[in-house]
Amino acid sequence: MSPEEKTLDYTAGEMMTVTAARALVNGMTCFVGIGLPSEAANLARLTHAPDVVLIYESGTLQTKPDVLPLSIGDGELCESALTTVSVPEMFRYWLQGGKVDVGFLGTAQIDRFANLNTTLIGDYQAPKVRLPGGGGAPEIATNAGEVFITLKHSPRAFVRDVDFITTLGFGRDGKGRDGVPSIGQGPTRVISDLCVMKPDSATKELTVVSLHPGVTRADVVEATGWAIRFADELEITPAPRGEELEILRGLKARTERAHAGQ
Amino acid sequence: MAEILSLHDAVARYVEDGATVAMEGFTHLIPFAAGQEIIRQGRRELTLIRMTPDLIYDQLIGAGCAKKVIFSWGGNPGVGSLHRLRDAVEKGWPRKIEILEHSHAAMACAFEAGAAGLPLAVLRGYVGSELPNVNDQIKFIDCPFTGERLAAVPSVRPDVSIVHAQKADRAGNVLVEGIVGVQKEAVLAARHSIVTVEEIVDDLDTHPNACVIPGWAIDAIAVAEKGALPSYAHGYYARDNRFYREWDAIARDRDAFTKWIDENVMNVGGNA
Repeated sequence: MSPEEKTLDYTAGEMMTVTAARALVNGMTCFVGIGLPSEAANLARLTHAPDVVLIYESGTLQTKPDVLPLSIGDGELCESALTTVSVPEMFRYWLQGGKVDVGFLGTAQIDRFANLNTTLIGDYQAPKVRLPGGGGAPEIATNAGEVFITLKHSPRAFVRDVDFITTLGFGRDGKGRDGVPSIGQGPTRVISDLCVMKPDSATKELTVVSLHPGVTRADVVEATGWAIRFADELEITPAPRGEELEILRGLKARTERAHAGQ
Repeated sequence: MAEILSLHDAVARYVEDGATVAMEGFTHLIPFAAGQEIIRQGRRELTLIRMTPDLIYDQLIGAGCAKKVIFSWGGNPGVGSLHRLRDAVEKGWPRKIEILEHSHAAMACAFEAGAAGLPLAVLRGYVGSELPNVNDQIKFIDCPFTGERLAAVPSVRPDVSIVHAQKADRAGNVLVEGIVGVQKEAVLAARHSIVTVEEIVDDLDTHPNACVIPGWAIDAIAVAEKGALPSYAHGYYARDNRFYREWDAIARDRDAFTKWIDENVMNVGGNA
């Protein structure tokens, strides 16, 4: 770490977004969820991955929004897209047809096998909290080549077993993808504001592979609802660079200005 | 052949109590004016189909029009919950509603299958999801050629579909531009259809591959200027993001919601 980087000031949220953005490789085709994934994917496009192809489920193909969309179907996504297709075409030809390298998702709850719950907390017939539901995620997670997930760390969000599997990670036993034909690899990394996790190659249980600067193992254990494991060779996530922070802050400021007047 | 009617008359003629109604528009071109006309006319026992219930169904549910909602993502986009939907599901106010939830891919395929006149849609979907445990309309079948296990859902074939579009010509041909969602599929899948438009023009001024729905495939056209607000109409007006945020507080409280409906829906004339 250079002295210049050491002195940089950034928030845990910025650390998460920058790390999530770095996961995208230039030229990849990415099916983008709204919120944190969209922020990260556009940061990637504006920094190291200018040719990343961003696709939103509203039908906007290869879109280059100048400001972050508030909804999945903002006009900005359509106006800056190469082309806009119908929603059936989007899911059938482009996603199910195997044209998407990575699905980038957020979630309300995730469990140790990276299953996602966006349906409800509690019992289905008498929910304690009703969440929005599946949206595009169930098929994005199985039909994209691989899946990145980003969300903030907390014991309520990172639970041992989700109340409801809306979207498959690796199932209740870690074997949910075994023997299923034409299915993607599933979650290959989960990026939170504390660390980066990857599924164990044998058990598929999420394992911490790198801690963000200044974060301790105890911080992660405390914010996780199961006894989370750490990789033998635990790394420190590289801190955000000045340029990344500058572009991210510019993007967020532009977005805020654009949405404030409406 | 599309008949050009007032919004009041179109809804009165085609939306009956107990009907299955799809009002589509994926974030864009949501037919709010038509939804509010249904509330004003006091329709009841409706089965409402929409991928994203959005504020339009939050209003219909809170006003007591719905007995059942079929959807795939029930949030306030970019803001949070649909509180009227949640209140009906969690507490049964103003009445208990049944919900049937899908994924977007399944619903998009079901609309397309409805337009194609098929009884079901087949997709590589719901693998490992627990949605099939709570929705008996999701089944699995084996491909007769490869043996692959695939998901099947019944096609969507509403009694009436309602969509909003930018413009129609005098023969009732409709041009939809921008994010086209499943609007065309919804119209073609339905027994009857109403299209509300920003304006009626002499010439659609279109191009060969534009999304045009012929007038002979539509029952009624009604002019509803700004009829998609607070969602948006590409080329006409922007999404009212502020209202989407304000709706959170209005819909959170039953009294505030009822007052809002009284003041903004019931006590305004519509455009009859």
